[in-house]
Amino acid sequence: MAEKLLEMKNISKSFPGVQALSEVDFNVDKGEVHALVGENGAGKSTLMKVLTGIHPDYEKGQIFYKGREVRFKSPAEAQKAGLAIIHQELELIPELTVAENVFLGREPGRGWINRKKLKAEAKKIFEELGIEININKKIKHLTIGKQQMVEIAKAISQDAEVIAMDEPTSSLSQQEVELLFALIRDLKEEGIAIIYISHHLEEIFEICDRVTVLRDGFKVKEQAVSEVDRDEIVRQMVGRDVEDRFPDINAEDNQAVFEVKNLTVPDLITDVSFEVKKGEIFGLAGLMGAGRSEIARAIYGVYKNRTGDIYLEGSKLNIKSPGDAIDRGIYYLTENRKDEGLIPELSVGKNISLSILDQLTVVKNVISRRKEKSVVREYISKLDVRTPGPWQLVKNLSGGNQQKVILGRILSTNPKLIIMDEPTRGIDVGAKHEIYKLMQELAAEGVAIIFISSELPEILNLTSRVGIIYKGRLQGIIPGSEATQEKVMNLATGGSS
Amino acid sequence: MDDATVEQSAKYKEFILQFLDKFKAGIGLLAMVIVMSFLSDRFLTLPNMLNIFRQVSIMGIMAVGMTMVIIAQGIDLSVGSILALSGAVTAGMMAGDTSIALAVLVGLAVGTGLGLFNGLLISKAKLPDFIVTLAMMSIARGLALVYTGGRPISGFDPAFRWIGGGRIGMVPIPAIIFAIILVIGYLVLNKTTFGRYIYAVGGNQKAARLAGINTDRIKIMVYAISGLLSAVSGVILISRLNSAQPTAGVAYELDVIAMVVLGGTSLIGGKGTIGGTLIGALIIGVLNNSLNLLGVASFYQEVAKGLVILVAVLLDSLQHRD
Repeated sequence: MAEKLLEMKNISKSFPGVQALSEVDFNVDKGEVHALVGENGAGKSTLMKVLTGIHPDYEKGQIFYKGREVRFKSPAEAQKAGLAIIHQELELIPELTVAENVFLGREPGRGWINRKKLKAEAKKIFEELGIEININKKIKHLTIGKQQMVEIAKAISQDAEVIAMDEPTSSLSQQEVELLFALIRDLKEEGIAIIYISHHLEEIFEICDRVTVLRDGFKVKEQAVSEVDRDEIVRQMVGRDVEDRFPDINAEDNQAVFEVKNLTVPDLITDVSFEVKKGEIFGLAGLMGAGRSEIARAIYGVYKNRTGDIYLEGSKLNIKSPGDAIDRGIYYLTENRKDEGLIPELSVGKNISLSILDQLTVVKNVISRRKEKSVVREYISKLDVRTPGPWQLVKNLSGGNQQKVILGRILSTNPKLIIMDEPTRGIDVGAKHEIYKLMQELAAEGVAIIFISSELPEILNLTSRVGIIYKGRLQGIIPGSEATQEKVMNLATGGSS
Repeated sequence: MDDATVEQSAKYKEFILQFLDKFKAGIGLLAMVIVMSFLSDRFLTLPNMLNIFRQVSIMGIMAVGMTMVIIAQGIDLSVGSILALSGAVTAGMMAGDTSIALAVLVGLAVGTGLGLFNGLLISKAKLPDFIVTLAMMSIARGLALVYTGGRPISGFDPAFRWIGGGRIGMVPIPAIIFAIILVIGYLVLNKTTFGRYIYAVGGNQKAARLAGINTDRIKIMVYAISGLLSAVSGVILISRLNSAQPTAGVAYELDVIAMVVLGGTSLIGGKGTIGGTLIGALIIGVLNNSLNLLGVASFYQEVAKGLVILVAVLLDSLQHRD
């Protein structure tokens, strides 16, 4: 029998208006990788925050760590005891080097930092972990994958025995995922326990030993990974069956509604031309940093130095700002929900109405409460946003529901073209499927969609054609019927069709 | 206690905490008023209350503009200098036999123009707000000294002096102007698209821009409003003193920002209310008035004001510590 390292018993935690956790049990053995899955809002993050002292004020339950009852009052306290959490949004300081970040707050030397020792020790840690990295590089110059390695190294250097990873692969390339998994296996060998939170169920089967499923703040089941299959986990998560494949949309005979010609932004994208048909979902694939988002942003009027022509329904558009793009019927859903999508201190309702507020008025510039309310109600129910009410601050919703709020904002403008940049990043299976379904419905209504994603399966499932971007250029377009992961990857890595 | 009552009492506690959080500035003000009414007979009288309201009206008007600037995640350090220059220009023109109305309009235009200039540099040239308005603080003060030759311009038409010194019934005119501007400020922030955009820009500028809002325009406008309201205060001040001093309004920006912050507006942006700013202004006003009534020397009054600000901010941060 494996040694029980961590045991959470009967944990209940509520927020104003929400019971986030209801008598949840969760335990982790030494040297195991234990997956924690559930839809957004199921309580995974809250459980981890309770564990690591971010929410020390849970109403019920006990936590036992190494056989002793604990209640950490701060993340620092948890860290000291050996519990580390690696958040989805990494918490490194971009302007400092790798070595400086690893030892932040624990620099060797008294008063003066002993830089030689700092570097030597940092180097040793990365060598032991088998991670190749230049410890003198500033964090801002590293890929997200490498940054994550730094976070892990930092946790290990503080003698962490339990490391919770929240969506560690959401921004990683396939290759980086492999490296991460190799590292996780090494850590496991050394007896370190990993709590693995992910929406990518395939990963769970690849790397995890046990899986605990949460739904609506309740524990549904804990089981060995070998005893379940993917469908069963999905069923436990959503409480029903979900369809994975989508019928292909037949947009081939439709007219092109949108076209870009020779789109160029110096240093970012070069000479990109393509068209999107009415009711088509057009995919844009490519590696991280290839220039997919930049193409979207160039169309949306973000760059001042853009050249090239943009046509919508046959007429040439002069788009100088996002406001222009929205007025003409183009909307861009950012990949960066938190930094560029939400206004956290505003309510759900005010976030939804933001882009059409100037149309919801009694007289010019004066908001009509009645009109605003009815629009907000319409999109909350249409998109099934789960919120206690429109007045709730948007920052208090789960990731999937926040995404729906932004989608509501977009749909309220009645766009003809929506560019969706990683719309399913960091959200759970159930919400993902709702978004896929929504995309299909929009396409059926005749909306053209450009769908940017790093997850090839979803791109291949949903799009009728895929454009592949490599180093800021359009490397080729593959019809959906011929697209395979291999073909797309070949082009995405610079190969030719 | 069974689970249900534990839960119930937790909910009450939550409710009370939220209530205290929302109204703590008001509760603080109320406490000051109650304590003072015991300490001095003259405090809780209608004339004294009106007096307090008049005393805070000049900075309070500026605080309405500052509230918008700070909600939009900015700061305006130039308000005191703009007040002085606008006042000096108005006074100078009246001394040169321009009509009162035109002189006042030009004074207000000067303030608005300088605010506009602040806003343009901050949004279009993307310079830091702190630096731009710090520079403007010096430029406008310098211009006020140049324009007046360093000497006060005194002696105005009685009709003009009515603005700062007159009353309707018992109520001083500056207090009435302050009240009107408070109401307008409230309506703008809560009922107009522009007001909503101010919160959006301050809450998350990138997101606001991607949602189609002309964020530069919003920023320029809040600084222009701040300049305009500083000029309004400038006109009231010279009218009240019957003299335009080039050194008027020195360090006003600090009291004005203090009023806004005491009212619960967050310096991080995206959050704040005009009602809060009114309470913030009254806290400063009641404090000054009380210390005067109690005969505390003015040097100590500064210390007391600083301490009140520290305590308020401390309470706020203790409450929001995770």
